[in-house]
Amino acid sequence: MWSRRKEEEYSPKQSYNPPSPADAKEGNTMSNMPSRMESESYRPSSAASIGKSVMIKGQIISREDLYLDGELEGTVELNEHRLTIGPNGRVQANVKAREIVIIGTIHGNVEASEKLEIRKEAKLIGDIRTARIVIEDGAYFKGSIDIIKQDVGKQEKQQPRPQANAAAAASGGSAPVAEMKR
Amino acid sequence: MFGAGGDSHDSHAKVRNGAGTAAAWPAGCPATESTRASRGLEQFVLTLRAMPTTAVLDLGPINQENTDQVSNLGHRIYFSDILRPLDAVWDDPDLSENRKIEEILDQTLNYPESCIGGAMVWDTFQHLPAPLLEAVVERLYYLLNPGGLILTFFHADEKARSVPNYAYRILDAKNMVLTPRQLRPREQFFNNRALERMFQNYGAVKFFLTRDHLREVIVKR
Repeated sequence: MWSRRKEEEYSPKQSYNPPSPADAKEGNTMSNMPSRMESESYRPSSAASIGKSVMIKGQIISREDLYLDGELEGTVELNEHRLTIGPNGRVQANVKAREIVIIGTIHGNVEASEKLEIRKEAKLIGDIRTARIVIEDGAYFKGSIDIIKQDVGKQEKQQPRPQANAAAAASGGSAPVAEMKR
Repeated sequence: MFGAGGDSHDSHAKVRNGAGTAAAWPAGCPATESTRASRGLEQFVLTLRAMPTTAVLDLGPINQENTDQVSNLGHRIYFSDILRPLDAVWDDPDLSENRKIEEILDQTLNYPESCIGGAMVWDTFQHLPAPLLEAVVERLYYLLNPGGLILTFFHADEKARSVPNYAYRILDAKNMVLTPRQLRPREQFFNNRALERMFQNYGAVKFFLTRDHLREVIVKR
Protein backbone atom coordinates (compact mmCIF):
# COMPACT_ATOMS: atom_id res chain seq x y z
CA MET A 1 0.00 0.00 0.00
CA TRP A 2 2.83 2.35 0.86
CA SER A 3 5.02 3.16 -2.12
CA ARG A 4 8.76 2.89 -1.76
CA ARG A 5 9.13 6.56 -2.61
CA LYS A 6 6.98 7.62 0.32
CA GLU A 7 9.02 5.57 2.75
CA GLU A 8 12.14 7.24 1.52
CA GLU A 9 10.57 10.67 1.80
CA TYR A 10 9.76 10.46 5.48
CA SER A 11 12.22 8.94 7.87
CA PRO A 12 11.89 10.68 11.25
CA LYS A 13 14.81 10.33 13.64
CA GLN A 14 14.08 9.28 17.15
CA SER A 15 17.02 11.02 18.78
CA TYR A 16 17.36 14.76 19.10
CA ASN A 17 20.39 16.42 17.52
CA PRO A 18 21.50 19.72 19.01
CA PRO A 19 22.01 22.62 16.59
CA SER A 20 25.29 22.42 14.72
CA PRO A 21 27.88 25.23 14.72
CA ALA A 22 26.86 25.89 11.11
CA ASP A 23 23.36 26.80 12.29
CA ALA A 24 24.77 29.16 14.87
CA LYS A 25 26.78 30.94 12.19
CA GLU A 26 23.61 31.46 10.17
CA GLY A 27 22.07 33.34 13.07
CA ASN A 28 19.95 30.50 14.39
CA THR A 29 19.66 31.31 18.07
CA MET A 30 16.85 28.89 18.95
CA SER A 31 18.51 26.25 21.06
CA ASN A 32 15.68 23.76 20.72
CA MET A 33 15.53 23.98 16.93
CA PRO A 34 16.23 20.70 15.14
CA SER A 35 19.52 20.57 13.30
CA ARG A 36 19.76 21.06 9.53
CA MET A 37 20.34 17.30 9.13
CA GLU A 38 17.21 16.42 11.07
CA SER A 39 15.09 19.01 9.35
CA GLU A 40 16.30 17.88 5.92
CA SER A 41 15.35 14.27 6.62
CA TYR A 42 11.64 15.15 6.47
CA ARG A 43 12.03 16.89 3.14
CA PRO A 44 10.74 15.10 0.03
CA SER A 45 13.55 15.10 -2.53
CA SER A 46 11.46 16.26 -5.47
CA ALA A 47 9.50 19.05 -3.75
CA ALA A 48 10.04 22.78 -3.93
CA SER A 49 11.34 24.01 -0.62
CA ILE A 50 10.98 27.03 1.63
CA GLY A 51 13.75 26.99 4.21
CA LYS A 52 13.52 27.55 7.93
CA SER A 53 14.95 31.07 7.82
CA VAL A 54 12.39 32.28 5.27
CA MET A 55 9.32 34.27 6.27
CA ILE A 56 6.51 34.86 3.80
CA LYS A 57 3.42 37.04 4.05
CA GLY A 58 0.94 36.43 1.27
CA GLN A 59 -0.55 33.72 -0.90
CA ILE A 60 1.24 30.63 -2.15
CA ILE A 61 -0.23 28.76 -5.13
CA SER A 62 1.93 25.87 -6.27
CA ARG A 63 1.71 23.40 -9.14
CA GLU A 64 4.28 21.08 -7.59
CA ASP A 65 4.88 19.49 -4.19
CA LEU A 66 6.06 21.92 -1.54
CA TYR A 67 8.11 21.53 1.62
CA LEU A 68 7.58 24.46 3.94
CA ASP A 69 9.96 24.75 6.88
CA GLY A 70 9.80 28.52 7.38
CA GLU A 71 7.17 30.97 8.54
CA LEU A 72 4.09 31.81 6.53
CA GLU A 73 1.19 34.17 7.07
CA GLY A 74 -1.51 34.10 4.38
CA THR A 75 -2.91 31.20 2.37
CA VAL A 76 -1.49 28.09 0.72
CA GLU A 77 -3.08 26.25 -2.21
CA LEU A 78 -1.57 23.18 -3.84
CA ASN A 79 -4.74 21.66 -5.16
CA GLU A 80 -3.24 18.62 -6.87
CA HIS A 81 -0.03 18.31 -4.87
CA ARG A 82 1.51 17.42 -1.56
CA LEU A 83 2.38 19.93 1.13
CA THR A 84 4.75 19.12 3.99
CA ILE A 85 5.01 21.50 6.92
CA GLY A 86 8.48 20.79 8.27
CA PRO A 87 9.46 20.68 11.95
CA ASN A 88 10.41 24.36 11.92
CA GLY A 89 7.39 25.38 9.88
CA ARG A 90 5.07 27.92 11.47
CA VAL A 91 2.03 28.57 9.37
CA GLN A 92 -0.72 31.02 10.12
CA ALA A 93 -2.89 30.36 7.12
CA ASN A 94 -5.67 28.32 5.62
CA VAL A 95 -4.08 25.43 3.79
CA LYS A 96 -5.45 23.40 0.90
CA ALA A 97 -3.70 20.52 -0.89
CA ARG A 98 -4.21 17.00 -2.16
CA GLU A 99 -2.04 15.54 0.57
CA ILE A 100 -0.74 17.32 3.66
CA VAL A 101 1.86 16.23 6.20
CA ILE A 102 2.16 18.35 9.34
CA ILE A 103 5.26 18.12 11.51
CA GLY A 104 5.41 21.77 12.55
CA THR A 105 2.74 24.25 13.62
CA ILE A 106 -0.39 25.43 11.83
CA HIS A 107 -2.88 27.97 13.01
CA GLY A 108 -5.64 27.86 10.42
CA ASN A 109 -8.04 25.56 8.61
CA VAL A 110 -6.66 22.58 6.74
CA GLU A 111 -8.25 20.87 3.75
CA ALA A 112 -6.72 17.77 2.19
CA SER A 113 -8.66 16.25 -0.69
CA GLU A 114 -6.91 12.88 -0.27
CA LYS A 115 -4.97 12.48 2.94
CA LEU A 116 -3.76 14.35 6.00
CA GLU A 117 -0.97 13.14 8.28
CA ILE A 118 -0.43 14.70 11.69
CA ARG A 119 2.95 13.74 13.13
CA LYS A 120 3.61 13.52 16.84
CA GLU A 121 5.54 16.80 16.93
CA ALA A 122 2.73 18.70 15.20
CA LYS A 123 0.60 21.44 16.68
CA LEU A 124 -2.58 22.29 14.84
CA ILE A 125 -5.26 24.76 15.83
CA GLY A 126 -8.03 24.94 13.27
CA ASP A 127 -10.64 22.87 11.50
CA ILE A 128 -9.81 19.89 9.30
CA ARG A 129 -11.60 18.61 6.21
CA THR A 130 -10.07 15.53 4.65
CA ALA A 131 -10.88 12.23 3.00
CA ARG A 132 -8.39 10.27 5.14
CA ILE A 133 -6.45 11.10 8.28
CA VAL A 134 -3.46 9.56 10.02
CA ILE A 135 -2.71 10.78 13.53
CA GLU A 136 0.38 10.02 15.58
CA ASP A 137 0.08 10.02 19.36
CA GLY A 138 1.52 13.10 21.01
CA ALA A 139 0.29 15.69 18.52
CA TYR A 140 -1.63 18.68 19.81
CA PHE A 141 -4.87 19.51 18.06
CA LYS A 142 -7.72 21.84 18.85
CA GLY A 143 -10.57 22.03 16.39
CA SER A 144 -12.94 19.86 14.40
CA ILE A 145 -12.35 16.97 12.01
CA ASP A 146 -14.71 16.46 9.12
CA ILE A 147 -14.13 13.33 7.07
CA ILE A 148 -15.29 13.75 3.47
CA LYS A 149 -16.74 10.50 2.16
CA GLN A 150 -15.72 11.02 -1.45
CA ASP A 151 -15.72 7.42 -2.64
CA VAL A 152 -19.19 6.68 -1.34
CA GLY A 153 -20.55 9.69 -3.19
CA LYS A 154 -18.85 8.65 -6.43
CA GLN A 155 -20.11 5.06 -6.19
CA GLU A 156 -23.64 6.19 -5.53
CA LYS A 157 -23.54 8.47 -8.56
CA GLN A 158 -22.20 5.74 -10.79
CA GLN A 159 -24.36 2.88 -9.56
CA PRO A 160 -27.69 3.86 -8.08
CA ARG A 161 -28.95 1.09 -5.79
CA PRO A 162 -32.74 0.85 -6.03
CA GLN A 163 -32.80 -2.20 -3.71
CA ALA A 164 -31.26 -0.25 -0.85
CA ASN A 165 -33.74 2.58 -1.39
CA ALA A 166 -36.61 0.14 -1.41
CA ALA A 167 -35.39 -1.41 1.83
CA ALA A 168 -35.17 2.02 3.42
CA ALA A 169 -38.67 2.89 2.27
CA ALA A 170 -40.01 -0.39 3.61
CA SER A 171 -38.61 0.36 7.05
CA GLY A 172 -40.39 3.69 7.22
CA GLY A 173 -37.72 5.54 5.25
CA SER A 174 -35.21 5.46 8.07
CA ALA A 175 -32.34 3.11 7.39
CA PRO A 176 -29.75 2.78 10.19
CA VAL A 177 -27.73 5.97 10.33
CA ALA A 178 -24.35 4.27 10.44
CA GLU A 179 -25.15 2.17 7.41
CA MET A 180 -26.30 5.14 5.39
CA LYS A 181 -23.26 7.20 6.14
CA ARG A 182 -20.53 4.65 5.65
CA MET B 1 -20.86 25.33 44.41
CA PHE B 2 -19.52 21.83 43.96
CA GLY B 3 -17.56 21.88 47.19
CA ALA B 4 -13.96 22.75 47.83
CA GLY B 5 -12.66 19.37 48.88
CA GLY B 6 -9.43 17.81 47.70
CA ASP B 7 -5.91 19.11 47.30
CA SER B 8 -4.51 22.58 47.28
CA HIS B 9 -3.03 24.18 44.18
CA ASP B 10 0.47 23.51 45.55
CA SER B 11 -0.03 19.79 45.58
CA HIS B 12 -1.76 20.12 42.23
CA ALA B 13 1.41 21.44 40.66
CA LYS B 14 3.64 18.97 42.52
CA VAL B 15 1.91 15.81 41.35
CA ARG B 16 1.33 17.18 37.88
CA ASN B 17 5.01 17.81 37.46
CA GLY B 18 5.70 14.20 38.18
CA ALA B 19 7.02 14.18 41.76
CA GLY B 20 6.63 10.64 43.07
CA THR B 21 4.36 9.66 40.22
CA ALA B 22 5.56 6.09 39.81
CA ALA B 23 5.63 5.34 43.55
CA ALA B 24 2.18 6.69 44.27
CA TRP B 25 0.33 4.98 41.45
CA PRO B 26 -2.81 3.59 43.11
CA ALA B 27 -3.31 -0.15 43.38
CA GLY B 28 -6.02 -1.51 41.13
CA CYS B 29 -5.51 1.17 38.48
CA PRO B 30 -3.76 -0.06 35.36
CA ALA B 31 -0.31 1.51 35.06
CA THR B 32 0.12 0.31 31.50
CA GLU B 33 -2.14 0.34 28.49
CA SER B 34 -5.21 -1.82 29.07
CA THR B 35 -8.53 -2.65 27.47
CA ARG B 36 -11.76 -2.17 29.36
CA ALA B 37 -15.41 -2.89 28.59
CA SER B 38 -17.70 0.05 29.24
CA ARG B 39 -21.47 0.02 29.49
CA GLY B 40 -21.47 3.80 29.61
CA LEU B 41 -19.63 3.92 26.30
CA GLU B 42 -22.02 1.34 24.86
CA GLN B 43 -25.05 3.45 25.68
CA PHE B 44 -23.31 6.63 24.52
CA VAL B 45 -22.46 5.08 21.12
CA LEU B 46 -25.97 3.64 20.76
CA THR B 47 -27.46 7.08 21.26
CA LEU B 48 -24.98 8.71 18.88
CA ARG B 49 -25.78 6.11 16.26
CA ALA B 50 -29.43 7.10 16.34
CA MET B 51 -28.71 10.81 16.07
CA PRO B 52 -28.73 12.70 12.79
CA THR B 53 -25.33 14.09 11.80
CA THR B 54 -23.97 16.11 14.67
CA ALA B 55 -20.69 17.08 16.35
CA VAL B 56 -19.05 15.06 19.11
CA LEU B 57 -16.67 16.76 21.49
CA ASP B 58 -13.67 14.89 22.90
CA LEU B 59 -12.00 16.56 25.87
CA GLY B 60 -8.98 14.28 25.69
CA PRO B 61 -5.93 14.41 23.44
CA ILE B 62 -6.38 13.77 19.73
CA ASN B 63 -6.10 10.15 18.63
CA GLN B 64 -6.76 8.05 15.55
CA GLU B 65 -9.22 5.63 17.11
CA ASN B 66 -11.78 8.15 18.38
CA THR B 67 -11.56 10.09 15.13
CA ASP B 68 -12.29 6.93 13.13
CA GLN B 69 -15.08 5.69 15.38
CA VAL B 70 -16.95 8.98 15.51
CA SER B 71 -16.45 9.61 11.80
CA ASN B 72 -17.76 6.15 11.00
CA LEU B 73 -20.94 7.02 12.86
CA GLY B 74 -21.30 9.89 10.39
CA HIS B 75 -20.49 12.64 12.90
CA ARG B 76 -17.86 15.35 13.05
CA ILE B 77 -15.42 15.20 15.96
CA TYR B 78 -14.05 18.16 17.92
CA PHE B 79 -10.96 17.75 20.10
CA SER B 80 -10.20 20.06 23.03
CA ASP B 81 -7.69 18.67 25.51
CA ILE B 82 -8.83 20.73 28.47
CA LEU B 83 -6.05 19.64 30.85
CA ARG B 84 -3.40 21.23 28.65
CA PRO B 85 -4.58 24.85 29.01
CA LEU B 86 -5.41 24.09 32.64
CA ASP B 87 -1.75 23.30 33.30
CA ALA B 88 -0.61 26.36 31.39
CA VAL B 89 -3.06 28.88 32.82
CA TRP B 90 -4.24 27.84 36.28
CA ASP B 91 -0.99 28.41 38.14
CA ASP B 92 -0.33 31.81 36.54
CA PRO B 93 -0.09 34.23 39.51
CA ASP B 94 -0.74 37.27 37.30
CA LEU B 95 -4.25 36.22 36.36
CA SER B 96 -7.37 36.48 38.51
CA GLU B 97 -9.48 33.36 38.96
CA ASN B 98 -12.21 34.71 36.68
CA ARG B 99 -9.67 35.57 34.01
CA LYS B 100 -8.19 32.05 34.22
CA ILE B 101 -11.63 30.49 33.80
CA GLU B 102 -12.41 32.78 30.87
CA GLU B 103 -9.08 31.96 29.26
CA ILE B 104 -9.51 28.18 29.59
CA LEU B 105 -13.10 28.23 28.32
CA ASP B 106 -12.02 30.42 25.45
CA GLN B 107 -9.23 28.04 24.48
CA THR B 108 -11.24 24.85 24.76
CA LEU B 109 -15.01 25.35 24.62
CA ASN B 110 -15.62 28.31 22.33
CA TYR B 111 -18.22 26.70 20.09
CA PRO B 112 -21.69 27.88 19.04
CA GLU B 113 -24.76 27.18 21.16
CA SER B 114 -26.42 23.74 20.82
CA CYS B 115 -23.94 22.46 18.24
CA ILE B 116 -22.79 19.34 20.12
CA GLY B 117 -24.67 16.03 20.20
CA GLY B 118 -22.30 14.26 22.59
CA ALA B 119 -19.36 15.16 24.80
CA MET B 120 -16.73 12.60 25.81
CA VAL B 121 -15.37 14.20 28.95
CA TRP B 122 -13.65 10.98 30.12
CA ASP B 123 -12.07 11.49 33.57
CA THR B 124 -11.24 15.18 33.28
CA PHE B 125 -14.02 16.60 35.50
CA GLN B 126 -12.38 15.29 38.67
CA HIS B 127 -9.14 17.17 37.87
CA LEU B 128 -10.74 20.58 37.45
CA PRO B 129 -10.68 23.06 40.34
CA ALA B 130 -14.23 23.66 41.67
CA PRO B 131 -14.87 27.13 40.16
CA LEU B 132 -13.62 26.00 36.76
CA LEU B 133 -15.64 22.80 36.95
CA GLU B 134 -18.82 24.77 37.58
CA ALA B 135 -18.08 27.00 34.57
CA VAL B 136 -17.29 24.00 32.34
CA VAL B 137 -20.50 22.18 33.30
CA GLU B 138 -22.45 25.35 32.56
CA ARG B 139 -20.70 25.86 29.22
CA LEU B 140 -21.35 22.25 28.18
CA TYR B 141 -25.04 22.79 28.91
CA TYR B 142 -24.90 25.73 26.50
CA LEU B 143 -23.06 23.75 23.83
CA LEU B 144 -25.11 20.55 23.93
CA ASN B 145 -28.28 19.98 21.92
CA PRO B 146 -31.35 19.17 23.99
CA GLY B 147 -31.07 15.39 24.37
CA GLY B 148 -27.29 15.53 23.92
CA LEU B 149 -25.15 13.34 26.19
CA ILE B 150 -22.05 13.67 28.34
CA LEU B 151 -19.98 10.55 28.98
CA THR B 152 -17.77 10.95 32.03
CA PHE B 153 -15.81 8.79 34.47
CA PHE B 154 -14.82 9.28 38.09
CA HIS B 155 -12.31 7.46 40.22
CA ALA B 156 -14.14 5.28 42.72
CA ASP B 157 -11.69 5.31 45.64
CA GLU B 158 -12.97 7.88 48.09
CA LYS B 159 -9.64 8.20 49.93
CA ALA B 160 -7.30 8.73 46.98
CA ARG B 161 -5.94 12.26 46.84
CA SER B 162 -4.26 11.80 43.50
CA VAL B 163 -5.74 9.65 40.77
CA PRO B 164 -4.53 8.53 37.35
CA ASN B 165 -5.54 10.43 34.27
CA TYR B 166 -5.88 8.30 31.15
CA ALA B 167 -6.16 8.82 27.43
CA TYR B 168 -9.26 6.92 26.32
CA ARG B 169 -9.46 5.37 22.86
CA ILE B 170 -12.65 3.82 21.59
CA LEU B 171 -11.88 0.33 20.38
CA ASP B 172 -15.44 -0.55 19.38
CA ALA B 173 -18.95 0.21 20.56
CA LYS B 174 -18.39 -1.55 23.90
CA ASN B 175 -14.65 -1.44 24.61
CA MET B 176 -12.01 1.18 25.05
CA VAL B 177 -8.26 1.27 25.59
CA LEU B 178 -6.92 3.20 28.57
CA THR B 179 -3.44 4.68 28.20
CA PRO B 180 -2.02 6.20 31.41
CA ARG B 181 -1.04 9.85 30.99
CA GLN B 182 -0.09 11.00 34.47
CA LEU B 183 -1.07 10.99 38.11
CA ARG B 184 -2.98 14.15 38.94
CA PRO B 185 -4.54 15.54 42.10
CA ARG B 186 -8.26 14.94 42.45
CA GLU B 187 -9.95 18.21 43.31
CA GLN B 188 -12.86 16.53 45.06
CA PHE B 189 -14.61 13.19 45.44
CA PHE B 190 -17.99 12.84 43.80
CA ASN B 191 -20.60 10.53 45.22
CA ASN B 192 -23.93 10.06 43.47
CA ARG B 193 -25.52 12.90 45.41
CA ALA B 194 -22.70 15.30 44.52
CA LEU B 195 -22.99 14.33 40.87
CA GLU B 196 -26.73 14.90 40.85
CA ARG B 197 -26.13 18.34 42.38
CA MET B 198 -23.44 19.09 39.82
CA PHE B 199 -25.77 18.31 36.92
CA GLN B 200 -28.97 19.63 38.48
CA ASN B 201 -29.79 21.76 35.41
CA TYR B 202 -29.53 18.78 33.11
CA GLY B 203 -32.35 16.41 32.20
CA ALA B 204 -31.04 13.14 33.67
CA VAL B 205 -28.02 11.52 35.28
CA LYS B 206 -27.43 7.79 34.87
CA PHE B 207 -24.91 5.81 36.91
CA PHE B 208 -23.41 2.52 35.79
CA LEU B 209 -22.30 -0.11 38.28
CA THR B 210 -18.71 -1.21 37.73
CA ARG B 211 -16.37 -3.50 39.64
CA ASP B 212 -13.15 -1.59 39.11
CA HIS B 213 -11.71 1.84 39.87
CA LEU B 214 -13.87 3.81 37.44
CA ARG B 215 -17.44 4.96 37.99
CA GLU B 216 -19.23 5.60 34.73
CA VAL B 217 -21.82 8.32 34.36
CA ILE B 218 -23.97 9.50 31.47
CA VAL B 219 -25.66 12.87 31.71
CA LYS B 220 -28.47 13.89 29.41
CA ARG B 221 -29.01 17.54 28.50
